[in-house]
Amino acid sequence: MEFLVASSIGLLTMCGTYMLLRGRTFPVVIGLALLSYAVNVFLFAMGRLTIDMPPILRDGVTEYTDPLPQALVLTAIVISFGMTALIVVLSIRAYLEIGNDHVDGRPVGEPSEAGDKN
Amino acid sequence: MGHWIVVPIVLPAVMAALIVLAVRHDIVLQRIFSITSTVALVAVTLSLVIFANNNNPEMYALGDWPAPFGIVIVLDRLSAMMIFLTSILGLGVILFASSEWDKRGQHFHALFQFQLMGVNGAFLTGDVFNLFVFFEVLLIASYGLMLHGAGAERLKAGMQYIVINLTGSTLFLVGVGMIYAVTGTLNMADLAIQVPQVAAGDAALLRAGALILLLVFCVKAALVPVHFWLPGTYANAPAPVAALFAIMTKVGAYSILRVYSLGFGENAGDMAWLAQPYILPAAIVTLAIGMIGVLAAKRLNGLIAFSVIGSMGTLLISIALFTPESISAGLYYLLHSTFAGAALFLIGDLVASRRGAIYGDKLETAPVFHQSGLLAVLFFVAAIAMAGMPPLSGFIGKLMILDAARDSDLSVWIWSVILVTSLMCIVGFGRAGSVLFWKSASAEGVIEVEGANWPVLPIVAACGMLCALVALTVFAAPIMDYLQGTAAQLFDTTDYIRAVLGEIPATQSGQ
Repeated sequence: MEFLVASSIGLLTMCGTYMLLRGRTFPVVIGLALLSYAVNVFLFAMGRLTIDMPPILRDGVTEYTDPLPQALVLTAIVISFGMTALIVVLSIRAYLEIGNDHVDGRPVGEPSEAGDKN
Repeated sequence: MGHWIVVPIVLPAVMAALIVLAVRHDIVLQRIFSITSTVALVAVTLSLVIFANNNNPEMYALGDWPAPFGIVIVLDRLSAMMIFLTSILGLGVILFASSEWDKRGQHFHALFQFQLMGVNGAFLTGDVFNLFVFFEVLLIASYGLMLHGAGAERLKAGMQYIVINLTGSTLFLVGVGMIYAVTGTLNMADLAIQVPQVAAGDAALLRAGALILLLVFCVKAALVPVHFWLPGTYANAPAPVAALFAIMTKVGAYSILRVYSLGFGENAGDMAWLAQPYILPAAIVTLAIGMIGVLAAKRLNGLIAFSVIGSMGTLLISIALFTPESISAGLYYLLHSTFAGAALFLIGDLVASRRGAIYGDKLETAPVFHQSGLLAVLFFVAAIAMAGMPPLSGFIGKLMILDAARDSDLSVWIWSVILVTSLMCIVGFGRAGSVLFWKSASAEGVIEVEGANWPVLPIVAACGMLCALVALTVFAAPIMDYLQGTAAQLFDTTDYIRAVLGEIPATQSGQ
């Protein structure tokens, strides 16, 4: 199980990083989503991987799974979900205002305007 | 101090909700609520500073759950000073924005109050995961503020800013997860106890987690090589928002100082001063790159943004030395550079708006504009402060940092880079000022901007920032007394840990 979880986190992170580095906003959004999935599973695994254990310490229970990472993951999921919604709306708005969907606001091959801006 | 400790977080949160729910259609009421609340915040944080000056650190347990199981917020000298700084800066910015800027988009005041809540929370919290949550709160508010009164250029910069920060948040969670996996706690005071007891086999994992966390804080603090988001963001953000963002880079610097002096400081065994060897060289390069950017800038906002990067370099040099002298000097420079950066952004906007749409903030010769004499004086006072020339506080700050760097291994580098970059900063600002103000006297005509009535409030707000710099200079001795106490408190962590955990357990079992 450890190998399965670890390699799936690695795969998600790899794909997420690759997508994040793309030039258009859509792959970037997908990349961010993949990265946040990877980190959610990672956080979950940080409480040690166990199966069929109660998530709470009670009298008479000696083996239990750590409840804290589950609470952390819940917070992280809520935040990353909201952020994904925000960035989707923002990319659509940017596409409508700028006229293309490149993260630096210009299609490949066109000269940079940014040099004069700062 | 009882429940007063939580007021700097609760007050802006309640006020933001009130503004967005009850008075969202009435800009005048929004301004009244927002300004009144910020004034009250200044009063509360001032009394918290006075309390922290006379007392040991005090803990407030949210929901009355005892640490390390519940989330705590902690008031000590450093956090009290930072929330006071935030509320003063917030007051200046809200006054500046309340004449015209807040009408360019929706919900400026609500977002502004949420931003204050997030920043205050990040300064007060005593829990690493809670720090992440408050980072998110302040970032979400900052996304809204950054895009306030949008436009193509601002949307582009905003998009990049958001993607960078979302990636940073992901890394933050990875770092937090690794630290929790090894130590079993995320409470900062408890971390200080657990870190030295970590088994040798787990040390590498903990070190990796702590350094990933450091990387995230460096992104926030705009340290080279992760500073690329700052110039575009600050130069394209609305001016009052850019001025408020002067505190956001300091949140990164504060987090480095807090986490790496408490959890990974003197008593951390193998992990002692973990951050130092990485930050110091990067900070020196940051300072150099920032000031080269000042020389190369073609627009006033870009120039100011790069000078902010340079000042972050200076600040982090003194923090990274991790000695009591350097940290008190660095905290003084932190106060100074916050006000200097904010004042420059506000004055830059006054200049750009008076030069009209054609010239704006481009560093080109243009005809004389409205109130150019007054603005020239304000600009040069702020520029003198930023460059660190006498008589203002930047000079005192840099002098103390140079003095504190005497014993460092890299002292030659630190001295030469700080001195040379100060000269570059003077040249950069001198060139910009002469193009904007003096050469314009020789150009034909006068710039008239249609439909503008130039309210006086923004100028008052900008002058207020400069007055804060003058006050820092005049009251340097009492402020330094406070800051030396702050540095001493950061090095002697027993009071902090006792405040959070009660009596320190002599030996606590590891996991």
